[in-house]
Amino acid sequence: MDVLGNYKSVISARSTDKDITKKSQDGGIITTLFAYALEEGIIDGAIVAGPGDEPWKPEPVVATTKAELLAAAGTRYTISPNLNLIKEATRSYGLDRVGIVGTPCQMQAVRKAQLYPIGMRDVDDKIALALGIFCMENLSYQALEAIVEDHCNQKMESVKKMDIGKGKFTVYTERGAVSQMPLKLLSKYVQPGCNVCLDYVANLADISSGSVGSPDGWSTVFVRSMKGNAVWDGAIAADLFETKPMDQVKPGLDLVTKLATEKITKNQKNVDARKTFGLKADGTAKGLRNPYETP
Amino acid sequence: MAEKITIGELHLSGCTGCLVTLADNYEGLFKLLDDYADLVYALTLVDVRHVPEMDVCLVEGSCCLNDKTSVEELKEARAKSKVLVAYGGCAAYGNITRFSRGGQWNQPGHEAYVPISEVVDVDLYIPSCPPCPQQVRNVAVMAYLLLRGNDEQKNLATAYLTPLMQLAQRGNEACGCDLLYDVINQGLCMGCGTCAGTCPVRAITMEYGKPNVNRDLCIKCGACYAQCPRSWFNFDVMNNYEGIMDAINGAMQ
Ligand SMILES: Cc1cc2nc3c(=O)[nH]c(=O)nc-3n(C[C@H](O)[C@H](O)[C@H](O)COP(=O)(O)OP(=O)(O)OC[C@H]3O[C@@H](n4cnc5c(N)ncnc54)[C@H](O)[C@@H]3O)c2cc1C
Ligand code: SF4
Ligand code: SF4
Ligand code: SF4
Repeated sequence: MDVLGNYKSVISARSTDKDITKKSQDGGIITTLFAYALEEGIIDGAIVAGPGDEPWKPEPVVATTKAELLAAAGTRYTISPNLNLIKEATRSYGLDRVGIVGTPCQMQAVRKAQLYPIGMRDVDDKIALALGIFCMENLSYQALEAIVEDHCNQKMESVKKMDIGKGKFTVYTERGAVSQMPLKLLSKYVQPGCNVCLDYVANLADISSGSVGSPDGWSTVFVRSMKGNAVWDGAIAADLFETKPMDQVKPGLDLVTKLATEKITKNQKNVDARKTFGLKADGTAKGLRNPYETP
Repeated sequence: MAEKITIGELHLSGCTGCLVTLADNYEGLFKLLDDYADLVYALTLVDVRHVPEMDVCLVEGSCCLNDKTSVEELKEARAKSKVLVAYGGCAAYGNITRFSRGGQWNQPGHEAYVPISEVVDVDLYIPSCPPCPQQVRNVAVMAYLLLRGNDEQKNLATAYLTPLMQLAQRGNEACGCDLLYDVINQGLCMGCGTCAGTCPVRAITMEYGKPNVNRDLCIKCGACYAQCPRSWFNFDVMNNYEGIMDAINGAMQ
């Protein structure tokens, strides 16, 4: 499998819904697709990263209205444990058709829960739409605070948008200030578990979306599964997206491929290095665990 | 259609919740029994008194070392089965019987309960309390493909069953602490929340993106670690999730 995963089509797109693009991170692909799927009865709720009890701290929620989806739009560069709700969504929430958004690792968790449902009774066939967002790495909340408050000198509660791109971590405040931190300072803040992650563009999602490859305000969208294909075709027929062929936008798919290759190559090296991390008494190497080989 | 395989369920110190789980496949259970497997042993459902020869034996419950019959039946089941499955948290990890310590009427001496792998070799684990109907169904379908399928199906079944067999090799101690020892302490946790979502007793909460285990609530069923995508993640199977799910659903039509 190549670094971009299996997909049926890749498109540059942006939502035609201005309420959504005002709040969304990029082209509003995720929020628009969930809103459409709710309206069409394809899902009856979606697990998204809703507002939490501290500024920019996401809290997984089951959204059943467009207003709740809008409240969760945009990127929070910190962990939102969306899988925490995957079983509960089919219990007290009573959902039969569950939507879920997540990073590549969270899409992996969804597929494992479907193929090997160990403590996930009745979940496998209730996952109706799994939408992935591209992800290079994630941060703990405390790491995000350090970046915003120490490096960018802004208060968390005054920030309107955060963005990673063009070599910078950029913070935009409500009152119009823009502060940046060079991305080369980011590595010590990265969540350690991200260093063994071998997926950049959410290879196991039904549809995945990210900013890289497309112009500002637009998204790069991979339509991957049969389910994803049906939902995407429906949304296009309903005029929910403006689209451009991927080969007609700049910087285009080459940059996506380049970044995906870089991430996977670097992290595969990290995975391999774990094998010889330590030292045995006989002079041979003592290793750390590799989840891609054995539990 | 190839000849059916034979499946049995040996009930040791369990609560029958695991067997109910199998039955909770509803019409899926009938499909399994019509086309893929004969249920040749299960004291709750079948009038067969003694442990027979079986292709697959699902063992439910842990083994009481102070109860001779349990130990003998378990050893007999091992000797007579091709594939011995620790079915559910009790058989695999001891689960709630880990807390047994005797002193209750009318067998105050019944105090030593062990996961079945303390007594016999186990080929495969299906952890959790209760396990999932869909998981035992998948194992049954894959066991059929393994024993009766063509080469391609055998390969698929082997790939699918491998991590569950590796779990059986890994050991028989389970606890929410596994997430500390083998995921977080190993630098592998990425905060997805699966463990918290899967725990049957809500002993795990996510605090600032990492699991926090209330160990006095944990019943030691092994679900959280086994379901965690960083305990194992076998790309060869997962990358083909759509095809495999279609195949299983197709088999159950
Ligand atoms: C940690 C992180 C790293 C990222 N890295 C990259 C990258 O390297 N390259 C790239 O192109 N794109 C990256 N993205 C994705 C990008 O920021 C956008 O999320 C994506 O383009 C979708 O935008 P949208 O306008 O289509 O979605 P929107 O309509 O804005 O919806 C975004 C959805 O994502 C959910 N969400 C927000 N934060 C999180 C979170 N932390 N965890 C889980 N779900 C969340 C929201 O609830 C919302 O439903 C990253 C996202 C995250 C969370
Ligand atoms: S880098 Fe990988 S492990 Fe880390 S949050 Fe992103 S998808 Fe998950
Ligand atoms: S694992 Fe749970 S359901 Fe199965 S026998 Fe033990 S207590 Fe009962
Ligand atoms: S299930 Fe997710 S949150 Fe829980 S230990 Fe595993 S990686 Fe971490």
